[in-house]
Amino acid sequence: MHPALQAVLTVGIGVSSAIAYFYLANMVLDKVLFPARGVHAGRNINRANMIRPWVFLFPALFALCLYLAYPVVETIRLSVTDRVPGGYEWAGANNYLALTQDPKFWEALRNNFFWLLVVPALSTAFGLIIAQLTDRLKWGNIAKSLIFMPMAISFVGASVIFKLIYDYRPAGEEQIGILNAAYLALGGAEPQAWLTIPGLNNFLLMLVLIWIQTGFAMVILSAALRGIPEETIEAAIVDGANPFQIFFKIKVPQIMPTIMVVWTTITIVVLKIFDIVFAMTNGQWGTQVLANYMYDKLFRSNDWGMGSAAAMVIMLLVFPILVWNVRQARKEMR
Amino acid sequence: MDNIAGRKPALGWAVNLSVVFIVALWLFPTIGLLVSSFRTADQIASSGWWKAFFPTQQTEQFRTSDPDETRIETETGVFVVEGSIYGDAGGPEVSTWGVSSRDVDAFVPGGTADMGDGESLTLMADGSYTWTGDEDQISGRGQRMFVTAEIPPEFTLRNYDSMIFGGGNDNISKAFFNTLTVTIPATIIPILFAAFAAYALAWMDFPGRALLIAFIVALLVVPLQLALIPLLKLHLSIGIGKGYLGVWLAHTGFGLPLAIYLLRNYMAGLPRDIIENARVDGATEFQIFTRIILPLSFPALASFAIFQFLWTWNDLLVAIVFLVDSTGETTVMTRHIVELLGTRGGNWEVLATAAFVSMAVPLAVFFLMQRYLVRGLLAGSVK
Repeated sequence: MHPALQAVLTVGIGVSSAIAYFYLANMVLDKVLFPARGVHAGRNINRANMIRPWVFLFPALFALCLYLAYPVVETIRLSVTDRVPGGYEWAGANNYLALTQDPKFWEALRNNFFWLLVVPALSTAFGLIIAQLTDRLKWGNIAKSLIFMPMAISFVGASVIFKLIYDYRPAGEEQIGILNAAYLALGGAEPQAWLTIPGLNNFLLMLVLIWIQTGFAMVILSAALRGIPEETIEAAIVDGANPFQIFFKIKVPQIMPTIMVVWTTITIVVLKIFDIVFAMTNGQWGTQVLANYMYDKLFRSNDWGMGSAAAMVIMLLVFPILVWNVRQARKEMR
Repeated sequence: MDNIAGRKPALGWAVNLSVVFIVALWLFPTIGLLVSSFRTADQIASSGWWKAFFPTQQTEQFRTSDPDETRIETETGVFVVEGSIYGDAGGPEVSTWGVSSRDVDAFVPGGTADMGDGESLTLMADGSYTWTGDEDQISGRGQRMFVTAEIPPEFTLRNYDSMIFGGGNDNISKAFFNTLTVTIPATIIPILFAAFAAYALAWMDFPGRALLIAFIVALLVVPLQLALIPLLKLHLSIGIGKGYLGVWLAHTGFGLPLAIYLLRNYMAGLPRDIIENARVDGATEFQIFTRIILPLSFPALASFAIFQFLWTWNDLLVAIVFLVDSTGETTVMTRHIVELLGTRGGNWEVLATAAFVSMAVPLAVFFLMQRYLVRGLLAGSVK
């Protein structure tokens, strides 16, 4: 069957079976199991209403447990076992120990750490500055829309875009990468193969993500800036504060919670960063990151034990944010 | 900061200028690739894309037509060859020319090169030439000319034509339709599941509700990297294997936490009166949901749909793990481009065009539905 037809069919089956499930489950609940008539009408209505939430929740919960909760448990299990022909063998902490002895793992961990330091900070800072600059501008919305645009571009597409910028041709040939052209125009002696220079290449990869994430930070911080009560700013103006003081001492402290949310959201993106490294350097020249390292272990060396252990390291790094998010959400609901 | 900027017009100018600068900086990378996708391979290789808008000086070597065949003898015993370097086709206007490779811009159009002993060559701006001399001089091979002309900027749609309609391994149409096939079910299916669950979490009272919401918030940040191997194992063991069904299910599972979270937040904010009035009037929960909650939640549904669409369209990891097999029949665009990066690393006309074909749909969705996208982001993040 042609995949497109299959897709249409899947949408049809998926949608109609979901509707049928909810409709029929409700009918069974109201008409068959606990009919709202006879001597026990009141009791039956109450019972039906106790069960109904679970009817509504069941498909989603089932999918969540199967596709997100179960894999966490299974990954923990895989990380402490080794795959042997015909089954699995208890390996204890061996996979984790093997990780600590792999220099590539330390390189990935170190790079992820740098990504964590640089990308959320710069994206948030740029986003905040641009949000402030465009705040009362007549054409601010157009400017914001254009800066937000990279958000719609895939990491792979962005990688192609930036690879052209970093393109390298041997000395003497016409440089078509603008970074090399600018470097030579500014007095650089030799064109550089930027993506192969350890240290610098990591930063060049980070630029791609900063370019994408700044728009996200800007949109959210710009809404937060709009939400600041006018009186606080007016009071500061009356007291003779200059624009910089107003920005740093009045506005920024008031939107601090939103800044934290943006920061943590980008942090999570950074922890999982994969596509950009995969497409641009594939972890060569000292640019390995955890997610790509894990992919290497899982699908290239077929080492599920070490791959799962590497995945657990990512999970461990995300965990503090997970706890913080849950606590924030609970605080809000009270 | 209105009043402050009003008091200091200089500051207003500085703000305007710096925003112009930032916007230019942010657009610059994309424009580079876009311009490249409209240039031929030769143009891309011979000059940076930023020079594409300016005419270029190009020096080419031509020869006059074969004198032994085309020479004409005049009454005075002088032999003449006439013609045009461009033939009948025409070409760019000649700016300078020469007859020696060491001095390619010795003459202006209309000037005459004296090659000694009465032999001479005249070249006009339109490329027509007159070569005169005696019988010995006007023989053998045609006379060489080095012609410098200004080539106006030129753009072509050929790259798109060959990427979309051409044959060969580079063709991206198949990957385009595969991506579309992945995206549509993966966007629609999770919405239904999530909407019912979100309604239960927002408007039904039951023990454990707060705990469930916390569970979903926790799942929001679980890295999907953890799910790859366990789910692939699961798919292989229940017979789905690698294929569309697997990737649809995976995207549904991974999209659900955000969907439930966004929709619950939105539904919880709907006016209580409407729902309670409906309950009092005897509407069942199912009716309340389909007749009242769903239509009112349209903005949140649209926000999530856009998120999920962009995410599944742009995704690489889920596709290569759950869908793309060794036959390459089910490749998606992101995978196709990564492959081109490996095999056609220097062929920017191919890469740029492929990248823009893959970006066209998400960019269109982005600009048309930006309102919903922003609203969704705000609902998900501002606390």
